[in-house]
Amino acid sequence: MPHSASSLRLELRAITKRYPGTLANDRIDLRISAGEIHALLGENGAGKSTLMKIIYGVTAPDSGEVVWQGQRVQVRDPAQARALGIGMVFQHFSLFETLTVAENIALALGRDAGTPKQLEPKIREVSQRYGMGLEPERLVHSLSIGERQRVEIVRCLMQDIRLLILDEPTSVLTPQEVDELFVTLRALAAEGCSILFISHKLGEVRALCDSATVLRGGRVAGACVPRECSDLQLARLMVGDAEGLEASYPKASGGLTRLRVDDLSWHNLDPFGTSLDRLRLEVRSGEIVGIAGVAGNGQDELLALLSGETRLPRGERERITLDQQPIANLHPDVRRRLGMAFVPAERLGHGAVPDMSLADNALLSSFHQGLVGHGMVRRGRVEALAENIVRRFGVKTPDIHTLARSLSGGNLQKFILGREVMQQPTLLVAAHPTWGVDVGAAATIHRELIALRDAGAAILVISEDLDELFQISDRLGALCSGRLSPLKATAHTTLTEVGRWMAGEFDNPAAA
Amino acid sequence: MDLDLISNILYAMVRCGTPLLLVALGELVCEKTGVLNLGQEGMMLFGAVIGFIVAFSTGSLWLGVLLACLAGILLAALFALVALGCQANQVATGLALTIFGIGLSAFVGSAWVGKPLTGFEPLAIPLLSDIPLIGHMLFNQDVLVYLSFALFALITWALLKSRLGLILQAVGENPNAASAMGLPVMRVRTLAVLFGGAMAGMAGAYLSLAYTPMWAQNMSAGRGWIALALVVFASWRVLRVLLGAYLFGLASILHLVAQGIGISIPANLLAMLPYVATIVVLVLLSRDAVRTRLYAPVSLGQPWRGGH
Repeated sequence: MPHSASSLRLELRAITKRYPGTLANDRIDLRISAGEIHALLGENGAGKSTLMKIIYGVTAPDSGEVVWQGQRVQVRDPAQARALGIGMVFQHFSLFETLTVAENIALALGRDAGTPKQLEPKIREVSQRYGMGLEPERLVHSLSIGERQRVEIVRCLMQDIRLLILDEPTSVLTPQEVDELFVTLRALAAEGCSILFISHKLGEVRALCDSATVLRGGRVAGACVPRECSDLQLARLMVGDAEGLEASYPKASGGLTRLRVDDLSWHNLDPFGTSLDRLRLEVRSGEIVGIAGVAGNGQDELLALLSGETRLPRGERERITLDQQPIANLHPDVRRRLGMAFVPAERLGHGAVPDMSLADNALLSSFHQGLVGHGMVRRGRVEALAENIVRRFGVKTPDIHTLARSLSGGNLQKFILGREVMQQPTLLVAAHPTWGVDVGAAATIHRELIALRDAGAAILVISEDLDELFQISDRLGALCSGRLSPLKATAHTTLTEVGRWMAGEFDNPAAA
Repeated sequence: MDLDLISNILYAMVRCGTPLLLVALGELVCEKTGVLNLGQEGMMLFGAVIGFIVAFSTGSLWLGVLLACLAGILLAALFALVALGCQANQVATGLALTIFGIGLSAFVGSAWVGKPLTGFEPLAIPLLSDIPLIGHMLFNQDVLVYLSFALFALITWALLKSRLGLILQAVGENPNAASAMGLPVMRVRTLAVLFGGAMAGMAGAYLSLAYTPMWAQNMSAGRGWIALALVVFASWRVLRVLLGAYLFGLASILHLVAQGIGISIPANLLAMLPYVATIVVLVLLSRDAVRTRLYAPVSLGQPWRGGH
């Protein structure tokens, strides 16, 4: 795409940023024209977040130039970025749940913008112009994740924005909500607003973006027009020549029922939490069952009930059975002894103790693997196990005595998943097994899960990544507002159907 | 019951509820920003003794009130330094502050116990104070009570209607997001703590300069603690704080009235009445968990450190 100097909105020249131990951005060049939707592609750790923080003024580059509409600028802080006309929607929203939409926006815009009441008409106008339904007087806690994202976007649009940066905006949306977002973004771009779309989802980038810059290891690995590239070409740019990118695994049909959840209802005492409504599902030995769903639709609650962190009273213990043995009232420790293993959603503080070494964390859930004898910990065996996990799952760490908190999210995830897989469980329940893990490592994790399945284990995977679920699960369903859709063989369902399930469009599953 | 008696009961209810209202309003503002200061009782007592000493020595009641507020601010600043500046545990720091305040006030005031002082006198507002039933209650009070009415109106407006209220609530719900938005979280919290100190000091001054113009050790008699419970059970809503404070006042009066008409219940049981009644009523009011969570400052009691 030709860039004439006059239509260039933002140009980065040789941006370099060094953090202790890593070169986060190494002489990065980037050019975005007016009205262009530009993708910034890359894996976790490729330097995307650092680069956008530099553009938005959160951090300063060590060297290099930022040219904004033909002028060299130094963006000192986000306030100055906003004054220039740069808006940003972060992955984690910075909204206040107990305030209304209008109050949130009024707070962010500052005193001069007016009171919440005065802003309401403009909020309505902006949100309608771009096809985003939004009621200014609603309290944020009552909004869905997709609606909250609209609040963030509208908040940016209320100011005169010439460049909108979106950090992984689709990771929290259902497929239908993604389509709606894209309509909005295209309308914005048609008015001349430039958009920097940060993502690692290749299909979306291809559907939306005019051009793409691919980062790898802090450098520009290539630039391309996504519509003219295949997913595989883009993926090669992102990860180099890693194996397993296009792996497809044969589907299995499973054997005996191992885990049975029967008519499981659970009332959540937390008014902002989700209650579960008559869930029914089975996981058989030798199959992977995937549960899709947007975060906060009952995944955490289901996980806690399966792991034993939440227990049902004795009278309801038949609601969850493992190999026909009722377990719903048992403690996690007892369940683990029966052959269950768990990978919780939250890594630090839940999956691992931040201030303990990797070796000690390996011991935590593996007591029954012969690591303790006569009441004493067998240090040798514990360390051997930890070494084994690190080697087999490619955990990048100086050694096994490193504290869990000092590992990156993806690396720690590999370690936790490795720890659970190494126990050879008969039932593994894993939440977001590859969340924040790079593509190469995700392929490793997927291979290990498939191997565990083929060895006869039953596996339940709860994930927000539909591509992943379609790739590895044999049967598939979705959670929405604490209700579970019917489970269907992956081969017999489609992305659209699962998307509808995620939005709650399915018949009463309890009748099925 | 005749009108006069009811009118007198209402009058006494407001008088008795005022110190509680003042200290609870201060704590409410403080907790809205996410800071739990359990030092109210200590700050109140220190305010009471300083107010009394100053008023007694100089003869100026107003100077006493002013310095009582400053005394409260002084102790609150100590709290802010330790709990906000050094991110110490707020519960432990607040408890220490109360214990410190009780001891300090007893020490400072030991020579002043039992000295007589002419406190604030009722100031009848012409015409209005003649309104039957409520005239006596609302318009025949001393000037500090009028001040508490004004402060209540001001704080209610600030919390519910003003941008300041939004800022307080945002800081209390999610200090990280508030800071990312450019709000000065630390300054907001510090000022809120100092404001709470000033209110507690004034509440103390009301006790020693208007309610019972004298100084006695521990004369706040647990009102600082009740104020803390009041804020929680009022679900951080300012109107309910007012309601709770006057309910406490009413129950305090009723037990005197009950003794007066010779109802034979042990006096100690009756003396419990204000505390029990206030808490029971507010617990009943705060049953709606969703609404409570809407007003509760999520980050309450959690130390926060900027710049990460």
